[in-house]
Amino acid sequence: MRVMVLVIGEERDPSEYGEHVDEFEAMGKFNEELVKAGVILAGEGLAPTSQGKRLVFPGPGDAGAAGARVLDGPFTEAKEIVGGFWIWQVSSMEEAVEWLKRAPFRGQTVDLRRIMEPADLEGQVPQEVIDAEARLRAQVTVADGS
Amino acid sequence: MTVERTVEAVWRIESARLIAALARVTGDVGLAEDLAQDALVAALDRWPSSSVPDNPGAWLTAVARRRYVDGVRRQVGFERRVAEIGRELAVTGNQAENPMDEIEFDEHVEDDVLRLIFTACHPVLPRDGRVALTLKLVGGLSTEQIARSFLVTVPTMAARITRAKKSLREARVAFEVPVGAELAVRFADVLEVVYLIFNEGYAATSGESWYRADLCEEAMRLGRMLAALAPANEPANASEAYGLVALMEIQASRIPARTGPDGSPITLLDQDRSRWNRLARAEFERAAARTANETERAHLLRRAAACVSGS
Repeated sequence: MRVMVLVIGEERDPSEYGEHVDEFEAMGKFNEELVKAGVILAGEGLAPTSQGKRLVFPGPGDAGAAGARVLDGPFTEAKEIVGGFWIWQVSSMEEAVEWLKRAPFRGQTVDLRRIMEPADLEGQVPQEVIDAEARLRAQVTVADGS
Repeated sequence: MTVERTVEAVWRIESARLIAALARVTGDVGLAEDLAQDALVAALDRWPSSSVPDNPGAWLTAVARRRYVDGVRRQVGFERRVAEIGRELAVTGNQAENPMDEIEFDEHVEDDVLRLIFTACHPVLPRDGRVALTLKLVGGLSTEQIARSFLVTVPTMAARITRAKKSLREARVAFEVPVGAELAVRFADVLEVVYLIFNEGYAATSGESWYRADLCEEAMRLGRMLAALAPANEPANASEAYGLVALMEIQASRIPARTGPDGSPITLLDQDRSRWNRLARAEFERAAARTANETERAHLLRRAAACVSGS
């Protein structure tokens, strides 16, 4: 099974990164351990929300609204920001928990979310839609060369 | 979350490193696995009442190490054995004061895991023995899980694993990563074992056990491990491992997940595998075309061909 690991916390200014070199080193070691155990499928840190955009789509009840509203970052109203993520392949949620316990976080909240697989959609969504998605998925696997 | 499931998860994470570190000191992967299993039993016994320790890997290591020391004391006299190990370590240039201190999760450990992989996939063993031992020692799967995946009884699989460990002992297979020309040959053997595991899950020729989808995932994990652990002085090994991972990913992308959200089995769909194989081959040729290295490209194409004919 695959899980997404979402690291949530207060946003930190990149100009302060220099003060936290030890944290970067500890995280590097942890990542190395994950890679050597074959657990990591993907993982990235995210740039500050000041470089991000937010699109708000009108719902059926929003009168007069046409397209999505585009908002500029930073997302100051949100205290909790996703700062980075991993995708892991593990044998169980318990394994993901045990791995995550070894991570050198301080003061963050980290969510573990199982990634949906096609089987989750079976019986809910027409089979043609599931098949079409499987075909797309196979194309992406080849396209990114991984 | 039950303690049993937590212990199982810890075992999945720690067992390869633990067994590998113990095998380096004892020189016997069979004994190393027994010691590690003893530590696991102790954990199952102890942790429910005292909660899981902060560093479960170190806890398991300490218990296994103590078992080993006790065993050595009883059997051959501790001092003499320590002296023997001390000499062996001195020969390999290791200056440790006390060899027991060496069983730690230190910088040796990744090399130890690679040694463990090469030992489990040693050519002295028959192919089914290599596959079983790799899943057991490197994958951290239980004998029962492996038996279920391969659709054999637990005693049959247990006997296969015992036989493999005995063969390694009798052949005095050294716990090491081969060097020079042998490395390339042996690395190909290891990749073959990983691909056999994958194919066992992928082909699903007999029975429709949903455990077999887990085998595909396990093979891909082993492939990524190999790519990460491959000796840095021979970059060709790492790219071969990446090539194999790519092949497995392409094939796996055609396997819809076989388990529901709660891990319950979902029966296999009828699949037109011949069409899949044509697709896999065409796309694998495209992947190979992007590979700059001639040898590597030839290797990828050989694997693609094997996947078409073999599954």
